[in-house]
Amino acid sequence: MLDASAALAFFLQTASPNIFAPASVPADEIYHLALFVIGITIGIFVVVGGLLVFAVIKFRRRKDDNGREPPQVYGSTQIELAWTVLPALIVFVLFLTTARVIHQIEDAKAPAGALQVTVVGHQFWWEFRYPQYGVVTANEIHVPVNSPTFLTLLSADTDHAFWVPQLAGKTDLIPNRVNHTWIEPSRAGVYLGQCALFCGVQHAHMLLRVKVQSRADFDAWIRRQQQPAVKDPAVAAGRQVFQTTACVNCHTVRGTIADGRFGPDLTHLMSRATLGAGVLANSPENLRLWIQNPAAFKPGCEMPAMSLNPKQLGELVAYLETLK
Amino acid sequence: MVSQSLPHAGPHAGAIEDRRLGGAGWLEWVHEWVVTVDHKKIGLMYIVYALIFLAIGGAEATIMRIQLAFPESHFVSPQVFNELFTMHGTTMVFFMGMPILFGFANYLVPLMIGARDMAFPRLNAFSFWMTAFGGLLLYFSFIGGSGVYGAGSAPNVGWWAYAPLTAKAFSRGHSTDYWTLALLLSGIGSIGAGLNLVVTIFCMRCRGMTLAKMPMLVWLNLVMGGMVLGGIGPLTASQLMLCVDRYLGGHFFDTQAGGSAIMWFHFFWIFGHPEVYILVIPAFAFASEIIPVFSRKAIFGYPVMVAATLAIAFLSFSVWAHHMFATGMPSYGNAFFVLTSMVIGVPTGIKIFNWLGTMWGGKLIFSTAMLFCIGFLFQFLVGGLTGIMLATAPFDWQLNDSYFVVGHFHYMLVGAIIFTVFAAFYYWYPKFTGRMMDERLGKWHFWLMLIGFHMTFDPMHITGILGMPRRIYTYEPGRGWAIWNLIITIGVFIQIVAVGIFVWNLIRSYFRGKLAGNDPWDAWTLEWATSSPPPPYNFAVEPAVQSRRPLWDLKHPDDPDWKYE
Repeated sequence: MLDASAALAFFLQTASPNIFAPASVPADEIYHLALFVIGITIGIFVVVGGLLVFAVIKFRRRKDDNGREPPQVYGSTQIELAWTVLPALIVFVLFLTTARVIHQIEDAKAPAGALQVTVVGHQFWWEFRYPQYGVVTANEIHVPVNSPTFLTLLSADTDHAFWVPQLAGKTDLIPNRVNHTWIEPSRAGVYLGQCALFCGVQHAHMLLRVKVQSRADFDAWIRRQQQPAVKDPAVAAGRQVFQTTACVNCHTVRGTIADGRFGPDLTHLMSRATLGAGVLANSPENLRLWIQNPAAFKPGCEMPAMSLNPKQLGELVAYLETLK
Repeated sequence: MVSQSLPHAGPHAGAIEDRRLGGAGWLEWVHEWVVTVDHKKIGLMYIVYALIFLAIGGAEATIMRIQLAFPESHFVSPQVFNELFTMHGTTMVFFMGMPILFGFANYLVPLMIGARDMAFPRLNAFSFWMTAFGGLLLYFSFIGGSGVYGAGSAPNVGWWAYAPLTAKAFSRGHSTDYWTLALLLSGIGSIGAGLNLVVTIFCMRCRGMTLAKMPMLVWLNLVMGGMVLGGIGPLTASQLMLCVDRYLGGHFFDTQAGGSAIMWFHFFWIFGHPEVYILVIPAFAFASEIIPVFSRKAIFGYPVMVAATLAIAFLSFSVWAHHMFATGMPSYGNAFFVLTSMVIGVPTGIKIFNWLGTMWGGKLIFSTAMLFCIGFLFQFLVGGLTGIMLATAPFDWQLNDSYFVVGHFHYMLVGAIIFTVFAAFYYWYPKFTGRMMDERLGKWHFWLMLIGFHMTFDPMHITGILGMPRRIYTYEPGRGWAIWNLIITIGVFIQIVAVGIFVWNLIRSYFRGKLAGNDPWDAWTLEWATSSPPPPYNFAVEPAVQSRRPLWDLKHPDDPDWKYE
């Protein structure tokens, strides 16, 4: 019995993707707006809730009640006016504050030279393209720290939403529509998110991993990703299996005949931490099980069981292992 | 001025001993209910029908909560989970929420305006049966016969059914069609019911009852009926367009052929947000009748309450895109919907303040009905405030589609609407049946419901803040979500016990409850002037009223309301 969940939990040891632990400029701006709004609403709650509790205690019918009806009061124009104008003023302040933050986040212009990443939502995984560098990867996005990254959001099929709570609020990926969002992380580390808009049967397994790195580490990662796939003669048999089965219809391995576009680019598969958009940790054993029957881990996913014999499977996994 | 003449039930008032279920006449009994056009019988059928769907929708929620109690659980498959949340949402909104509120409105509005029936009794029956048929059609998808392709698989696209997930390419078979046709049919029923309410209230009021002398419940249901006429249309239109897309080669929402998914979002929410108020305004109606009676005071600021309701109804048609802050609308578009969504908080706040003003200086009687109303006030306040947070577009970019939203709208749908519906049961059950509900069981029901409710829906706000999206069938351990999800699931079981006590109370009181008499609460509106249950013709003579509280005037001839109104 494979303890996939324990392995994954070990692998993903991270705290909650808490929206109140922001680590990026837009998330931080939202955080401060949220504190302001929460402060005001707690104030209203204390006043109104307090009055309610007071009324319930003070005006309860006592045991020694004389049985007469209380004085009938039908209303008061002054009081009505007061509790109309006061909330209206609060709304006015809240609206202006909110409008400013909307403008700051949504109308921010990408500075020259900012990293551009195109995110394509698929059922049920993420495709990331770096047009400035010619790099394509999946499910795990690398960005430099203390530098803005502007994301263009597209969908290949249904609606999805890009949400990494500590980095930015969510933005939908909608077919036939180009959306934008941006992040500017302030701390290195791995930030988790996932698809936030119901997109079909495996909506739950569209994990997003954002790896925020120093500029030097990021550049090194980009250079490795720009390389075509490793050609290791030791795994020629596995490459042969890959190139002669249905794998190539959906997957790309740059530098080979495999140029499918439906599934994740596998050129540097082993540089990624998970399989199946976060459903398994990326280990040789898990890779073998995944290829054997993806539906065992992610029922409803688009990748079919490949029905390879054990020898082919071993060769194929050995080949994929070299795609570092 | 019309002089007051108060009605009575007349010599043929339905004595409660006459009600018998079994015996040789059962077929006649069934026939009588099926062919009835009596607003009271139709009202009760709506209510019983809605209670059945409450149980079904509750069972679906329970299965989901068992699945989510622990991370990486395999209690149900992802396919089944997606069907469950789709059916739960659709059922609770269309086949539980609206019918139960229509049921109370049907029963109470004619009585409260001194009429003998609705304006269109047969349209009334037609509306009920259309709604009923819609619900059955939806559930036929679950149990559907073999041999009917696609039946046996319930809709699984979520209750918003966002395009293009409903397109043929992504939703094969007929599950989406069941959803579409069920909502089309029940939508026709809803429009009929809304129309009937509006016409009844405008045309059937008794002598002396000007618009300004209607009980608050009647005002609120008038507004609700009007909103149904405006709100259901876009839903019906979009369902027709979806049918055209799926079967006649249309491309309204079919993105693969150049259609627009965003257009579905707009159509759905321009129905969907008014719908929220269609559900909550009748809840306000219950609170606006029950709180005054158990505070022993007239409603505070009646004209302002009416004005606030109209303002809410009007504004509710201008806030829909706050469900779409994350869809990439331009900043000025987002700002507009921030403004309208926040402005609607002002009349909503006015309503809370006026209920508080009604209680202020009164002599509060903590009957079960009143306890549920106080619970409603508290939860509606909290739900309103989390609503303000969600109206703040940038904050909404974080909270939208997370469990925070699930917590927020269940505060409204359960904490506000269901709580007042329970209050309405305890308050009007004596009128419906002639017998009182048991107050001791009622207190158990209230306190367990309150505890269960808060255990269930409070932690959802926390998991949302911790980044848990809604509609996921499972989640990894180690994200800090597990403990809260377990608490939520335990809360659900407490609510089940509470509702079980309630149902037992309903059944037991029907046979064994204390006899109620005409006016057990010493209340002030016309329904308490006739017998319990009222005879088929409601009143032997047409009543005439002089104020909003005709029975107060009768009981206090030295200090009648009409002197002050």
